[in-house]
Amino acid sequence: MTLPTMTRIHMLAAVLLIADLALAQDHNPYVGNAKMAKLGEFQFRINCAFCHGLGARGGGRGPDLTRTHKRHGNSDADLFNTINNGVSGTAMPPNGTTGQGVGMTNEEIWQVITYLRSVEMKAPAKPLGDPAHGKRLFYGDANCSGCHMVQGKGGRLGPNLTAVGGIRTPEYIVDSVRNPSRRLAQGLLEATKEFPQEYETVTIVTADGKEIKGVALNEDSFSVQLMDTSEKVYMFKKDELRSFNKSRTSMMPAYNTSLLSDQDLQDIVAYLVSVGAK
Amino acid sequence: MKRITFCALLLLLIVRASAQVTPTRLVNSGKEPQNWLTYSGDYSGHRFSALDQINKENVRSLVAKWVYQTGASGKFETTPLVVDGILYGTAPDNRVFALDAHTGRPIWLYQRQLPGDIRPCCGRVNRGVAILGDKVFFGTLDAHVMALDAKTGGVIWDVAAVDYKLGYSFTLAPLAVKNLVILGVSGGEYGIRGFIDAYDAETGQRKWRFYTIPGPGEPGHETWEGDSWKIGGAPAWITGTYDPGSNQLFWPTGNPSPSNRGAGRAGDNLYSNTLLALDADTGKLNWYFQFTKHDEHDWDATQVPVMIDDSERHLIAQANRNGFFYLVDRSHHKLLLANPYGKITWSNSRDDEGRPVSNQESEPTLHGRQVCPGAAGTTNWMSPTFDSQTGFFYVNAREQCDIFSTAPQPYEAGHAYYGSAYFPSDEAEPYWGALRAIDPADGKIKWEFRHPSPSWSGVLSTAGGLVFTGDSEGNFIALDAGSGKALWHFQTGAAIYAAPMAFALDGKEYVAIAAGSSLYAFGLP
Repeated sequence: MTLPTMTRIHMLAAVLLIADLALAQDHNPYVGNAKMAKLGEFQFRINCAFCHGLGARGGGRGPDLTRTHKRHGNSDADLFNTINNGVSGTAMPPNGTTGQGVGMTNEEIWQVITYLRSVEMKAPAKPLGDPAHGKRLFYGDANCSGCHMVQGKGGRLGPNLTAVGGIRTPEYIVDSVRNPSRRLAQGLLEATKEFPQEYETVTIVTADGKEIKGVALNEDSFSVQLMDTSEKVYMFKKDELRSFNKSRTSMMPAYNTSLLSDQDLQDIVAYLVSVGAK
Repeated sequence: MKRITFCALLLLLIVRASAQVTPTRLVNSGKEPQNWLTYSGDYSGHRFSALDQINKENVRSLVAKWVYQTGASGKFETTPLVVDGILYGTAPDNRVFALDAHTGRPIWLYQRQLPGDIRPCCGRVNRGVAILGDKVFFGTLDAHVMALDAKTGGVIWDVAAVDYKLGYSFTLAPLAVKNLVILGVSGGEYGIRGFIDAYDAETGQRKWRFYTIPGPGEPGHETWEGDSWKIGGAPAWITGTYDPGSNQLFWPTGNPSPSNRGAGRAGDNLYSNTLLALDADTGKLNWYFQFTKHDEHDWDATQVPVMIDDSERHLIAQANRNGFFYLVDRSHHKLLLANPYGKITWSNSRDDEGRPVSNQESEPTLHGRQVCPGAAGTTNWMSPTFDSQTGFFYVNAREQCDIFSTAPQPYEAGHAYYGSAYFPSDEAEPYWGALRAIDPADGKIKWEFRHPSPSWSGVLSTAGGLVFTGDSEGNFIALDAGSGKALWHFQTGAAIYAAPMAFALDGKEYVAIAAGSSLYAFGLP
């Protein structure tokens, strides 16, 4: 073997080693690479968009990922870990087990992270509203806390909103308050619910004629579990009921501007963001 | 006289208990309803049990007789076989087990040591074994075909069918025919070139291979653009059926690759989404019927092709993923009927043969278009059943619409190659499902039993006037086959991804279903 050949082999080995290191799980080898971001976009569509939505703007069960704040860590290494290993106690599954795509190689995960960085939106320069005033409204005049809990305080009928400010856009939250029935919340966002509670409204009449209206906690062909406005949990076998009706009209009242002004709503959103985006 | 009959029966039982599973027994499986000898219960794909001890009157008292825990996680899709008191099943991660079917106690276990870089698209699943002679056969996630000793689980032979690193795997239960073990490959998400293989049961030597995409010079090759045939998919991942009379296999194939993107593979893309009629001895193609030409919606035709025969006609019935129930005449190789059995928007016209064809408005685009049925189809791989007593065909249907979009990507060997993505639609109604009874005579739905969400369970019908199925809420349900009324249910504790089967021991009927990581056997108290 001639010396130049040896050198070439060493150089090749060195290049391979560097390539290998670059693909280790703490450093994104494709930072700012637009071509890789484009490939990442297609990987994202195949593997992630089912929950996180087209364009990463959040879907029925997955957080909006265009926010710079990422709930389970903002660094590239954190994102890699979240994508590869999933987040236990949430609906986020490990890479390859989503049932949507077939899973991604390390390179493809870095492509997705590069894509996510390319669609992140910078936080607005001026705050959305007054979070302190929003908090007072939440627990006071707006009566959000009658049904919703934030950081362990509040009601149980509606979804827990502790995290919502970090995983949904302000526009989404505003729309949910103005038009609560347009898209019902999905309980998969909550750690205590591994099944898709959809907060449908259930009205039943018992065998002895008592009508009960509440939010479905879970349901199958033969039974239903629900909570009424006094937070009482009921469990029924359907064949023992006189009637059973389910509706996708939310039990939450639609807060129009006469019930809640735009400014007050912005303050509430600011409060939720201040808690959820921590 | 009675005593003689009893002695003869006893003798028969003793002979049976020690007898091997011969090809003749497989052909005549209807004569031994106490056993379940092939994936669908018989070669015709009926998934019907002639046992009638559990019936409409007594099914309310059905109880769990035993539960076997596999210890495996992931979707448990097996249909067990039962042969003379021993039950053979598979569990995720290529576990194989033999149980005492009376008690659920294991006799042997086998687990394949799988490489870390296998490429199963949709879970580390397996749907079961085939049995012939004194061996059980299964296909592995690293694309091997294996024969195990039916008495010990010891490996008799182990053959690599193809390089798994290119995205090939086996997930289906093989079909044993004569002296052959026949199985089709999975991998439609990786740009494979699909095939169906037959192996000598004794030696593991491959006897034939039928490529589901014709190569250069073969008829049908011209239905692919350029080199797209090399990576055109058309897997064959569900167990086919077999007609001993004509010695033909009926095997359906899956989607062309990439699934939702037709650019680059102009043409009909034969033999994707096709019913293949193959000579069982040679693997030669006798005839075919393509359900969906140039598919762009992942309308995998991987649903059991059920043989229905009467004095006049020999038919194949298939409830297709694309939402149509098809009847194909096996004698004249013609489409007789294609009727929707769920909500459909992808097709509103027919070709000259009466085959539904795709609308232009339903073609996936980069931004996506809403199409019904959705990405998982009106049904998927879950087995249907045909009950010759009611004359109905039963299938779990999915009501789901999705946004179909393209995601152009280059082919890279061994990497996912969808070229497409789908999303739930905000505008569509939430997904739901129903068990539907279809009359094959006119393709019309006779009754339905609604599920809160789509079910992934197969269906069993029995001579007791019952159909059994499962749901995604974990219930295992018995219904009146005539009316669809639920008569009994049991909460298994996990979504059901398997098809039920029935067997009998010591004159007592059992019904079994896999759910979660457990196999349940039910019987009368």
